[in-house]
Amino acid sequence: MKGRLVRGLLIVPFAVFFLVPLLAMLDFSTRDGDGRSGRAWAALVENEQLREAIISSLLLALFTVVLMVVLLVPTMIWVRLRVPRASRMIEFLCLLPLAIPPLVIVVGISGVYAWVSYFLGNSALTLTFAYVVLVLPYAYRAVDSSLASVDAVTLSEAARSLGAGWVTVILRVVLPNIWTGVLAAAFISAALVLGEYVFASLLNFDTLPVVVALLGKSDAAVSVAASLAALMFAFVLLLLLSFAGRSRHAERT
Amino acid sequence: MADRGEGGAGRLARLAPTLGLAPFLAYLTIFLLIPTIAVAIGAFQEQGRFSLTNIEALVNPAPLRRLWSSVVLSGTTAVLGATLGALLTWLVVSASPRSVLRRTVTSMAGVLAQFGGVFLAFAFIATLGFSGVVTEMFRSLVGVDIFGSGWLFGLPGLILVYTYFQIPLMVIVFLPALEGLRPQWREAAVSLGATRWQYFWQVAVPLLRPAFLGSMLLLFANAFAAYATAAALVTQGSPILPLMIRAGLTSEVLLGRQNFAFALALEMIVVVVIVMTLYALLLRRTSRWLR
Amino acid sequence: MPSLDMESSTALAVTLLDLHRHYGPVRALDGLTLEMTPGEMVVLLGPSGCGKTTALRILAGLDTATSGQVLVGGKEITRVPANKRDMGMVFQAYSLFPHLTVVDNVAFGLKLRGVDKRKRLARAEEMLALVGLAEHRDRYANQLSGGQQQRVALARALAIEPSVLLLDEPLSALDAKVRVQLRDEIRRIQLEVGTTTLFVTHDQEEALAVADRVGVMKDGRLEQLAAPTELYNRPATRFVAEFVGLSNRLPARLEGGSAHVLGNRVATLHGSAASGSGRALVRPEAIRLERAEDGNARVLTVAFLGPISRVMCTMDDGETVLVQVSSSLGATLTPHDRVRLTTGDDAVLVVAD
Repeated sequence: MKGRLVRGLLIVPFAVFFLVPLLAMLDFSTRDGDGRSGRAWAALVENEQLREAIISSLLLALFTVVLMVVLLVPTMIWVRLRVPRASRMIEFLCLLPLAIPPLVIVVGISGVYAWVSYFLGNSALTLTFAYVVLVLPYAYRAVDSSLASVDAVTLSEAARSLGAGWVTVILRVVLPNIWTGVLAAAFISAALVLGEYVFASLLNFDTLPVVVALLGKSDAAVSVAASLAALMFAFVLLLLLSFAGRSRHAERT
Repeated sequence: MADRGEGGAGRLARLAPTLGLAPFLAYLTIFLLIPTIAVAIGAFQEQGRFSLTNIEALVNPAPLRRLWSSVVLSGTTAVLGATLGALLTWLVVSASPRSVLRRTVTSMAGVLAQFGGVFLAFAFIATLGFSGVVTEMFRSLVGVDIFGSGWLFGLPGLILVYTYFQIPLMVIVFLPALEGLRPQWREAAVSLGATRWQYFWQVAVPLLRPAFLGSMLLLFANAFAAYATAAALVTQGSPILPLMIRAGLTSEVLLGRQNFAFALALEMIVVVVIVMTLYALLLRRTSRWLR
Repeated sequence: MPSLDMESSTALAVTLLDLHRHYGPVRALDGLTLEMTPGEMVVLLGPSGCGKTTALRILAGLDTATSGQVLVGGKEITRVPANKRDMGMVFQAYSLFPHLTVVDNVAFGLKLRGVDKRKRLARAEEMLALVGLAEHRDRYANQLSGGQQQRVALARALAIEPSVLLLDEPLSALDAKVRVQLRDEIRRIQLEVGTTTLFVTHDQEEALAVADRVGVMKDGRLEQLAAPTELYNRPATRFVAEFVGLSNRLPARLEGGSAHVLGNRVATLHGSAASGSGRALVRPEAIRLERAEDGNARVLTVAFLGPISRVMCTMDDGETVLVQVSSSLGATLTPHDRVRLTTGDDAVLVVAD
């Protein structure tokens, strides 16, 4: 069909535009004079500063996801089942970070973080608290659409009428059914944390993006290698996510 | 006496569910609301006392120039991102949601739109930087030095790099709108005698216009608030507003002018909130139709 | 009554000739041939997946047949694109353009044809009066009820004076009461305007109520095409007998061209088995019930349905039988009563066990 050919042709310039920089990164990071070298890539594990930053970032992602799940998921379930009147307010609050630039939050958060480092020390992991706020809108959307599609209210009413207590309802009826939404929230949050730069750099913590930017001035090839690795990692994360979970598209009869 | 006891317990029981929200609300207050309020207050202070000097300083030529640059950057990339992104979305929407192509495109779009930041800056350094792959290609094949004096690290370069993540963001935001176009509308138009063009201009465009404009606003806000990419690309100087805030905070140039950074941040928040409010209003109009 | 300056001679004959539609191994249409006379309303009836909607869409041009021909007014239009076919179509739901008012929706087809504003609005208002929605002209689709939306859709389809009107399960998404009201409206309007009409539904009561002829479909093929009474009283196949209306399957013994059912001897319909034993398909209203202490069955339940009642009985040999009786008789029956069931004298279809 003519239509399909036209669409296929039109996609080519887009594909080129988006793939060229990625391919360039691959080429740039493996150059060595006229030949190829894996030096820049080896630095990902050999360079101490970089290695520690990678570990730092991965741990941060983990902590953020855990804190986000612990804080957000019970709250959302609770609101949906017990305090439905508050759902608009919670939605507004969760989407609020989208309207307040992270840069602005950082500017105003130094006071709060003075307290945090007083109590909890200077580890980069204290960024977890700020990061949970940053990932909130995305995590909220993922869990909310899962809760809605599963009709948690009806499920909980059915369970309660059969004699289940609230804890049972949350843990054994609702949670198992929204795990795809929670998983989606977790993946997206992890991806966001791994790439977060504003907070980390302005609060002077050495996470992966910060170190990559610093190294860029002295050894661009390593930074490029690390950047490509991070992008590919996030891509694989999100691609895996798109395969997980049931399809919510109804079949047309 | 028994009545009073029951009344008290009854009231507490009714209140209890709402108390379940307390941890969440407390957390948000500490880590979101307080910093925002701190910015609002700090903008009106100087040396620890109430003062309008920082607010007034916002209209000095230097900050004004950065504000204008930010607006130009955000506006240009919003328009570019919206139009090209809408086209790309249309190209993708015909593929089934379960196809590999579609999953790949949406995953890649997710990565580039939200996650890129620093890493995208290095992608372009590797491509168009002084020793970038494409730069070298042009040098050796055509003999032309496209790097010049480093346009990549100024406004034109930022426009190019920002577009690289604005287009994917548009795809993510606009896809639901395109999917919301019911096939029955197309078929009804066709059965009434519409050609492809007629359907496009008289049905599809009016229905998609609010979503398109809203998405463009979202792209604007996104570019306006973006920091990481510019911060990684531009190491010297501050051509745009966010980088001026960086300068104010790290006190390189503006010694002891922390409060001015607060005023700049307030300015940024005001612009973004205005844009996001317009976006929310347009969104409400769309959701009535494309349910 | 609004006057229509329609030349009802616009009504054309429609022919679907040996249509096949294959999706790989799936045969959505497996040799469908259908001839419609001008001005006739034909209803395609069948369960989901039987191919009725596929047939309609091929006629509309929204789908292409793998093989076969489509003719309108004697001219072949199999290759004509959908937007050139001069047909009006009403979809199941959601087909009104949400950004246009009701009157603009109805005038849309005319606008596409370049009719000037005054004329097309006048015509649109005429159509709205025909469907009884003149006072809603400035509303939007989301401000109307489901039934009202479908009326607007009908007005829109008729505004362009199509040679064929197509209705794709237009009532399936509506409430029961609205469905009944609207189907009578649709029939009234169709008779008034006189357009050849193809109506698709899975609701057999709807089909019988509005059609000139009903085509029962199964697995991409036409099982029987006949007037409603003929279809109901003389079903050609087992599927038709069971799909249209209710049927009991009573043990029967065949002998020399007639069947012994419930102690009575009746003629058999064309298409029945020839000899041996089998099942007779007998309608609930064709069975006579009377209270009798020495009867052959016992009452299980009585369902009061307003004008009639349906009594579920169990025979002494274990068979369950559904009988339709007048409500006055039904009121006298209680579970466990003994009754006698006999068949009437109408011919029955007998199928193998």
